[in-house]
Amino acid sequence: TWCRTKKESIRLLKGLFSKNHSALLDWVCSPSLLLTSSKCDLHRLEEGPPVKAELTREQGLQYYRTMQTVRRMELKADQLYKQKIIRGFCHLYDGQEACAAGIEAAINPSDHLITAYRAHGYTYTRGVSVKEILAELTGRRGGVAKGKGGSMHMYAPHFYGGNGIVGAQVPLGAGIALACQYQGNNQVCVTLYGDGAANQGQLFESYNMAALWKLPCIFICENNKYGMGTSVERAAASTDYYKRGDFIPGLRVDGMDVLCVREAAQFAADHCRAGKGPIIMELQTYRYHGHSMSDPGVSYRTREEIQEVRSKSDPISMLKERMLSHNMASVEEFKEIDIEIRKQVEDATQFATSDPEPPLEELCNHIFSNNPLLEVRGTNPWSKLKSVS
Amino acid sequence: SAVAITGCACSRTKTQRRHAAHFTFQPDPVPSQYGPTQKMNLFQSITSALDNTLASDPTAVIFGEDVAFGGVFRCTVGLRDKYGKDRVFNTPLCEQGIVGFGIGVAVAGATAIAEIQFADYIFPAFDQIVNEAAKYRYRSGNMFDCGNLTIRAPWGCVGHGSLYHSQSPEAFFAHCPGLKVVIPRSPIQAKGLLLSCIADKNPCIFFEPKILYRAAVEQVPEDPYTIPLSQAEVLQEGSDVTLVAWGTQIHVLKEVASMAQEKLGVSCEVIDLQTILPWDIETVCKSVVKTGRLLISHEAPVTGGFASEISSTVQEECFLNLEAPISRVCGYDTPFPHIFEPFYIPDKWKCFEAIKKMINY
Repeated sequence: TWCRTKKESIRLLKGLFSKNHSALLDWVCSPSLLLTSSKCDLHRLEEGPPVKAELTREQGLQYYRTMQTVRRMELKADQLYKQKIIRGFCHLYDGQEACAAGIEAAINPSDHLITAYRAHGYTYTRGVSVKEILAELTGRRGGVAKGKGGSMHMYAPHFYGGNGIVGAQVPLGAGIALACQYQGNNQVCVTLYGDGAANQGQLFESYNMAALWKLPCIFICENNKYGMGTSVERAAASTDYYKRGDFIPGLRVDGMDVLCVREAAQFAADHCRAGKGPIIMELQTYRYHGHSMSDPGVSYRTREEIQEVRSKSDPISMLKERMLSHNMASVEEFKEIDIEIRKQVEDATQFATSDPEPPLEELCNHIFSNNPLLEVRGTNPWSKLKSVS
Repeated sequence: SAVAITGCACSRTKTQRRHAAHFTFQPDPVPSQYGPTQKMNLFQSITSALDNTLASDPTAVIFGEDVAFGGVFRCTVGLRDKYGKDRVFNTPLCEQGIVGFGIGVAVAGATAIAEIQFADYIFPAFDQIVNEAAKYRYRSGNMFDCGNLTIRAPWGCVGHGSLYHSQSPEAFFAHCPGLKVVIPRSPIQAKGLLLSCIADKNPCIFFEPKILYRAAVEQVPEDPYTIPLSQAEVLQEGSDVTLVAWGTQIHVLKEVASMAQEKLGVSCEVIDLQTILPWDIETVCKSVVKTGRLLISHEAPVTGGFASEISSTVQEECFLNLEAPISRVCGYDTPFPHIFEPFYIPDKWKCFEAIKKMINY
């Protein structure tokens, strides 16, 4: 169910006015919707996020643009990997775009975010350009980590990566939240992990510390139903990941609906900022690709399952359908955005494949913070390389 | 057009050159003393060893992440179907839990074979291995022990692994009395050494060079056999320089030995250490007494790498026999790099250079 806040006739009126009044008109006429999100399951919470969410046209197009950019970027990375231009490990995020877009919409750029290795989407939403992400994947000097990190190690201001070891980022997130609390800057830390990591011991240590000291930490479990190749039923004694924090309140959210994610993340952020301590969110989402590029993704799940999710719950299609059916935007506008994004990704690919690799001096840089110059011993005693921090 | 075709070929060759392996696997001759043999690669020889173990030892269990369907490197393929899901089973994603659980299983009397998916992930379990497994016998005055525990993990560089899929952590564990650390160089060695580790009454860590899983193919005996631990193997006799390594690096050194013979007329003795802890001091020292020069090579960073232990012990034992300072050709003291891997690893040219310097010292 939905209800319109502006009448359709206003759109007709828009056509009658001249362009000079377009700014005023946009404010007057830009349609926004109050949509019902699906209800969240709650744990130790009296009430959850609001069931009705407002979506303005600008917001809708913004989320669409973000999600579509991430989608196209991931598909391009897939292509480049198959051409062996990207090597190593590459974990793609397509299918889960609503999580990144929704969370970013709910938090401020000054808030903090840390995630595991499926990080390209978050790297983008935290402000890194597609160009720098693709260049990092191909290991060039224009990459966001100067080509030294690769797929799993991308960073940005207030975005702490990009972490290879499963579950290791969660205590880090709790620590970042402690810093926010200590500095009193009203910021929160969003700490993401997956359904596989949910069984790591360090998470429970983090939950305990965060709850004990009431840290402003939003623990988010992106449950895409498979930890690499193991389905959640075979890995976890309790698949209610939002309850696994026990004494920490939790909520379970439909992670394929960007509005649900946004409202829930907003609710969680308000909870933390009010000093109520940590909160756990479980986003139920799905990834289309396998765990990584070396995993075909069909040995532990059927193609039919993937197809079903793609046709019924694809986050980008769902948003687009909603906006189209409520006349918030036209098919042409979406097409235009698609074309722009395609061009952006093509340009980024061009840069990523033509940029030179980092110079050999970079091999030894950034080991320590050092003053004076450190000599790095290596292969032979007479060949020492210099390290600068 | 012709230009486009040339351009394409150039970039392909460049890519191929960049991605060529830094070694050539050199198979051992077919062993005749262990019965009929079969062509197997490294992961198949591991499967064969585990198969033999599960068949002969009713208490043996294999567990780890994804071992049920065969493992990410296919080392446990077919075992669950053959021996049942109570003997080959998956654990959730928790290394500390896996090893701790394994220690418990071993102490209670069953043979536990735990798999850690990559050696890079072994660190959450470090406390359990070092503080619990290694010290069990000592602290209980021999009343309890977890000798039935064997931990297997894929190890070493693989060409594109970067920071967290390429590490060689043997030096961390070499510092811990109570453990045995073993690294094979080939399928025949792997099966024999793994069966020895499983039979050995001490907790063992068995690192398998992941780059050799498919690349190394040999004729491996089908029946079980053991290769003794703590015995280094002299692969090639020589009189001028002793070369010591383990795992993948042996194949690099074998090539270096033939390069040295060809280009410098230098005769090299190549030794595969096989067991890192406790290591065969006698064989290495005997060799250095004969040749007077020692080169040790490993992928792990040079500072604190296992070459430092060998170097220090050899200079203690063979000081007057040394003609030149001991060379350690190892990885740089940096995290294992992403794009810089070809520059980082101690390839044959760096080892060759070191031999030249030692000869001309």
